[in-house]
Amino acid sequence: MQKRIFRIASNEGVARDTFRLVLRTEGTVAVRSGQFVDIALPGFYLRRPISVSDCLPDGVVLYYKVVGEGTRAMSEMAPGTELELLLPLGSGFHPEKCREHALLIGGGLGAAPLYLLAKELLAAGKQVTAVLGFNRADEICLAEELRALGVPVHIATMDGSVGTKGFVTDAIAANLVIPGSAPESRSAFDRFYTCGPLPMMKAVCTALDVPGEVSLEERMGCGAGFCYGCSIQTARGPKRVCVDGPVFDKEDVLW
Amino acid sequence: MVADKNLSVSLCGLTLKNPVVPASGTFGFGIELADAMDLDVLGGISLKGTTREPRYGNPTPRIAECTAGMINSVGLQNPGIEALVSDKAPALRRIYGGVIIANISGYSVEEYAYNCAKADACAAIDLLEVNVSCPNVHGGGMAFGTDPKSAAAVTAAVKAVTRKPVFIKLSPNVTDIVSIARACEDAGADGITLINTLLGMRIDIKRRKPVIANKMGGFSGPAIFPVALRMVWQVAHACSLPVMGCGGVARAEDVVEMMMAGATAVQVGAENLRNPQACPEIVSALPALMDTLGIDSLQEIIGIV
Repeated sequence: MQKRIFRIASNEGVARDTFRLVLRTEGTVAVRSGQFVDIALPGFYLRRPISVSDCLPDGVVLYYKVVGEGTRAMSEMAPGTELELLLPLGSGFHPEKCREHALLIGGGLGAAPLYLLAKELLAAGKQVTAVLGFNRADEICLAEELRALGVPVHIATMDGSVGTKGFVTDAIAANLVIPGSAPESRSAFDRFYTCGPLPMMKAVCTALDVPGEVSLEERMGCGAGFCYGCSIQTARGPKRVCVDGPVFDKEDVLW
Repeated sequence: MVADKNLSVSLCGLTLKNPVVPASGTFGFGIELADAMDLDVLGGISLKGTTREPRYGNPTPRIAECTAGMINSVGLQNPGIEALVSDKAPALRRIYGGVIIANISGYSVEEYAYNCAKADACAAIDLLEVNVSCPNVHGGGMAFGTDPKSAAAVTAAVKAVTRKPVFIKLSPNVTDIVSIARACEDAGADGITLINTLLGMRIDIKRRKPVIANKMGGFSGPAIFPVALRMVWQVAHACSLPVMGCGGVARAEDVVEMMMAGATAVQVGAENLRNPQACPEIVSALPALMDTLGIDSLQEIIGIV
């Protein structure tokens, strides 16, 4: 864990209430997919933990949604503003555990950390497919960015304005070969990675009978494992979301 | 001369190289922070509060942000006294040379005594800090620390099982802090740590529900510093025991202020959560501040106000 000063390179709205924040610093940055940064916001007591969507040689790309006063203040910060970050934090995804074909499933802003994961998987020669779910068309983000990497992206929207009408599980059923359900199982994915609302991730873990990883969210104090503010019960006993997670094997999550 | 400043303080026969001590619950068992800093710059470390049995603690959310502070309701998550004495404290002792403080909780007088006897037998532990903010499950659920008789009963029971210095950590959620502190002194306490967190609450006005799953929690952070300082001053002047001041300390200036009010050592709590480097940064800022204020030795300013 390092404490470093970053400068806002850009901070732009990319979807409904959704901002893309690019931060750059002196020296090199190394963050793995699923890890997060903890941002000190002037005027707010606690830091804001935000998962990393992309790691640049000298910076990070983050997506955040304006949901409260802190993120409102962030959305009004101009390029050039300095921010103090703790990073890298958390355990991260395990792309090395995918055999051939990974399915990435994001709900809303949960798509953000899947972008860096997709890059890591592609770099390791794995096939990647993404399914992203949103409430409505104007919330869609990261779909084009993932497609630009060469990843097929299937969209589900609750209002049916884009892609499959309904949940990500509906889009998966409509577009993908479910492992074990088809005679030609070679095209099926062998591992999934998901980040998004808890009910969505639970539905995904229940529906898909292959190994999977789940990125959880919890209100945090220190973000680094010593305040025990974000502890959850898991199949392997109490775990801190900030250091033991935020990524957990699907079997470990007690829904 | 900044280089000549004497930061060390003497506490019940123990020498702290400086008065800065991370407060219990904001620094894990110390080992979690070993990669983030050189622990040896710290005068002491107060370990996470420990009960007889392992505890998972409260449901989440356990944390709520406030103006100039935060509320926590972790609920004393800890691995139990056996893990403290056989694993956590010895592990810290191997990498840390300063004063190791075990923070002991209990839900009955007997449990406090049992835990302190265990801690007494652990060579890695230098000092016991007894948290009397826990509810007395056999006495109607009121916290031991809200009643002079209960606080004295815990103090006497604990003193009977250990020869290590015993500090009683007091709750500020009382009408008359001095009467509680005096009761502990009369029962044989070697020192007083104060204050624990103030009971607080936040509501999420969009969800129309408390932010914290347990509804209420302990309020800490810079917002409570004046309350803590006032209580430290009251107790330090009413008792002849050494005091560890705690509550809202975030800067070297706060350490000096707490010491002038009567604290021999100063604990840093919530600030560690927003800045894991808070303690080393405060320690390194002290000599220049002392120079500015014309202080040569921190020991000499204790209780001068």
